[in-house]
Amino acid sequence: MAIQILIPTPLRVYAGKQDVVEAEGATVGELLAHMTEQYTDLRKHLYGEDGKLRSFVNIYVNDDDIRYLEKEQTPVKSGDTISIVPSVAGGRSR
Amino acid sequence: MTAAPPTALSNQEVARYSRHLIMPEVGMDGQLKLKAASVLCIGAGGLGSPVAMYLTAAGVGRIGLVDFDVVDYSNLQRQVIHGTPDVGRSKLDSARDTLAAINPEVRIDTHEIALTSANAFDVLGDYDIVVDGTDNFPTRYLVNDACVLLGKPNVYGSIFRFEGQASVFATKDGPCYRCLYPEPPPPGLVPSCAEGGVLGILPGVVGTIQATEAVKLILGVGEPLINRFMIYDALRMKFRELKLRRDPECPVCGDAPTVTELIDYEQFCGVAPAPAATTSAQDVDADDDVTVEQLKAGLDAQDDLFVLDVREEQEYQICRIPGSTLIPLGDLPTRLHELEGRDDMVVHCKSGVRSAKAVKLLREAGFKKAKNLRGGILRWIDVIDPSLPKY
Repeated sequence: MAIQILIPTPLRVYAGKQDVVEAEGATVGELLAHMTEQYTDLRKHLYGEDGKLRSFVNIYVNDDDIRYLEKEQTPVKSGDTISIVPSVAGGRSR
Repeated sequence: MTAAPPTALSNQEVARYSRHLIMPEVGMDGQLKLKAASVLCIGAGGLGSPVAMYLTAAGVGRIGLVDFDVVDYSNLQRQVIHGTPDVGRSKLDSARDTLAAINPEVRIDTHEIALTSANAFDVLGDYDIVVDGTDNFPTRYLVNDACVLLGKPNVYGSIFRFEGQASVFATKDGPCYRCLYPEPPPPGLVPSCAEGGVLGILPGVVGTIQATEAVKLILGVGEPLINRFMIYDALRMKFRELKLRRDPECPVCGDAPTVTELIDYEQFCGVAPAPAATTSAQDVDADDDVTVEQLKAGLDAQDDLFVLDVREEQEYQICRIPGSTLIPLGDLPTRLHELEGRDDMVVHCKSGVRSAKAVKLLREAGFKKAKNLRGGILRWIDVIDPSLPKY
């Protein structure tokens, strides 16, 4: 069951320059694992060295933050949209 | 401000604000609320331009601007508060002139400073609402924390390439930026607009959302963008709305806050006081650097010195070092085979940050003699070939 994951602009370069990728899985964690198997460069941008999702990257199932659902165990079903939303500074870096 | 609230509009003001006055959602009471209000814009750049211009036009009584930059040609594509004759002027002087021309009834207060933990309370404390148009994480967290601690609403906006974000933070019972992102990304992991670019119109859309929210907060009308996170994709022309919640464990606005005063935000964001260009390069020894003078001498002396450009195709089209080979940093891991047999190579990008990452990657892949061009092509243009355009 392929589910769409929306890739934010800063991370598209690590996802074959696509804004949407498809992955399979029954939970958010499985989906992200399947996605990062296809796009290995995404992994270090989503997960820290401790294997946890980075604190400046939020994952949404439809319009809900998985931190307030069941985190990476949050179940997903066909038709759901997964969004990766990283923090963005805007402007230039100093 | 302790000045008595205005109780009436002049005939001239009535004429100016007539399209507001005839709307029930604003009316005379609402226009007087706007006149009594004060809004601080952090940054007089891409987001600050439309925010300050529209709030001035709308008749907000006092607008504050914080910036310490000078107008540059590269600003004009999006910072519409400044014009071509303003290049080289202080952004605050330029912005003040534009705003005064739009509406001389509005008081403009300028703060030509870098906002710090030492001055933030003094500056922010004097305003009703803060609009965050900052361009870097340390200031963003500083503004967030200061707003929470002062109890000032923080109208947030952020932009990158074709994508923008907006929300309203630090209202009573609402979330703050730290509820959304407890910690900033480490330097170098997230590209900046200077690296990634930004559609010039994008801050126009996001900034007008911020201005709209500021006006709604002042008037107390409608549904503010609280507990909601707006994401705008200009390429697809889509707005998406995500749910936000106040995090009871938030270190600043949670039930048991651990941050009760302003901290060192440069340190919190992992930004050393040194320029950003050197912080990301710290993994690579300075011995691995070559100067533009050394590269020029090397190119003059040997024909086969390999120069690898790790910028993007679009940047390569703007300017390039003669004879260089382009492989964008993002493509490098899968295109290493193209470098087989190349031992001696100088790697460059725009200013040296991406090429430092490339050199690290190349050395790990066995290209032990890869060297980083210090200062990138910008330095090359400054010192070796000023005929090339800078971007």
